[in-house]
Amino acid sequence: MPEGERRVKFEVMVEVRLRAGIADPQGATIERALPALGFAGVDAVRVGKAIRLSVDAADGAEARRRATEVADRLLANPVIEESTVTVVEHGGPAAGNGAR
Amino acid sequence: MARTVGVVVFPGSNCEHDVVEALTRVAARAGHTGGAPVADLVWHGQRSLARYDALVLPGGFAHGDYLRPGAIARFSPVMGAVAAYAAEGGPVVGICNGFQVLTEAGLLPGALQKNRGLRFLCTTVGVRVCTTRTVLTSAVPAGAQLALPINHFEGNYTCDRATLEELRAEDRVVLRYCDNPNGSVDDIAGVCNEAGNVVGLMPHPERACDPLTGATDGEGLLASLLAAAGATSVPA
Repeated sequence: MPEGERRVKFEVMVEVRLRAGIADPQGATIERALPALGFAGVDAVRVGKAIRLSVDAADGAEARRRATEVADRLLANPVIEESTVTVVEHGGPAAGNGAR
Repeated sequence: MARTVGVVVFPGSNCEHDVVEALTRVAARAGHTGGAPVADLVWHGQRSLARYDALVLPGGFAHGDYLRPGAIARFSPVMGAVAAYAAEGGPVVGICNGFQVLTEAGLLPGALQKNRGLRFLCTTVGVRVCTTRTVLTSAVPAGAQLALPINHFEGNYTCDRATLEELRAEDRVVLRYCDNPNGSVDDIAGVCNEAGNVVGLMPHPERACDPLTGATDGEGLLASLLAAAGATSVPA
C-alpha cells in the first residue's frame, strides 16, 4: 500500500446462490412446506448463503474487487454456484491506519 | 517390496484408520507379509508426498465441512503436493469426503450437492463397475455389481451437460448406483480423471473388507489400488 494512502473498512455482502438449472433440494423442500402453512402464491424458492465481510480498502471499488476475489476463490463453487458482491457501507478507518 | 499408501488426515477426517486397517488386511490376504506398513497416516500440513506409492483422501468432515464440504480442505498445505502427485500419474483415491475435496480442488470434475430428499444416507447400496481402466477398478471384472456402504449428506453428483458428455465419451464414469439413492446425475457414484489415476467415489470400500462386517465387496477395489501402488514403486 502506498505511503499515506487512507484505508477504510467497508462492509461487504456476498450473496452465494445456486446457478440457474442446478437442482435445489432445500428450496424445493421449503416450497413444498408453504401450502401447509397457508402461504399460497409463493414459489420459486431458492436457498443460498449471505456472507458478510469487512474489507480494508482505499475506496468502494477496491473493496468490491477484493471481496469478489474472495467470493470467486473460496465462498462460491463455480461448478454449481454464482455470487453477487455488494458494498453495503463504509465505516471508520481501517485498523492500524489513520489512528496515528 | 514395500508399498506404502499415504492416507491423508485433515482435521475432521474420521475414516483414516478404517482405510489403513482395510488396506493392511487386503494386502495380507494378497500375500504381503511383514516389513514396512502397507499404509501410513499423512497429516494435512505435510508438503512432501515423495515416499508414497499411492494416496487416499478418506471420509469424514475435513475442517468441519464449513462453507461447503472440501472448500477449506482444498487449501490445506498438503493439497499442492497432492495435485503435483496426481499430475505425475500417482494413484490418488478420494472416498466420500475425500471425493468432495478432490472436486473442490479441481482434480476431478463436478461437485457434490445435498442429497435429493435432504436425507443423510447411511445404508448399503448396489453399485456397478463401469470401467476397469482406473487405479481403483483394474482388478475388478467390468460390469461387476458390488454392495458397498454409503454414509453421506452431500453425495448428489452434479456437473454440467458438457462435462457429463465428456465423462461418458472418455469412459470416466467409474461406478454407477444400481438404484440411485441421492439424485446424482446419470446415477454416478464415482468418476476419474482423464488418465484414470485419480478416482473419487461416494461409497466406502474400506467398510466392506471384512466378513465380520457382513460385506467384502470393497476388497477388489482396494486390491486394485494396492496393485497400482506396487506398479508405481517398480524401479525404472
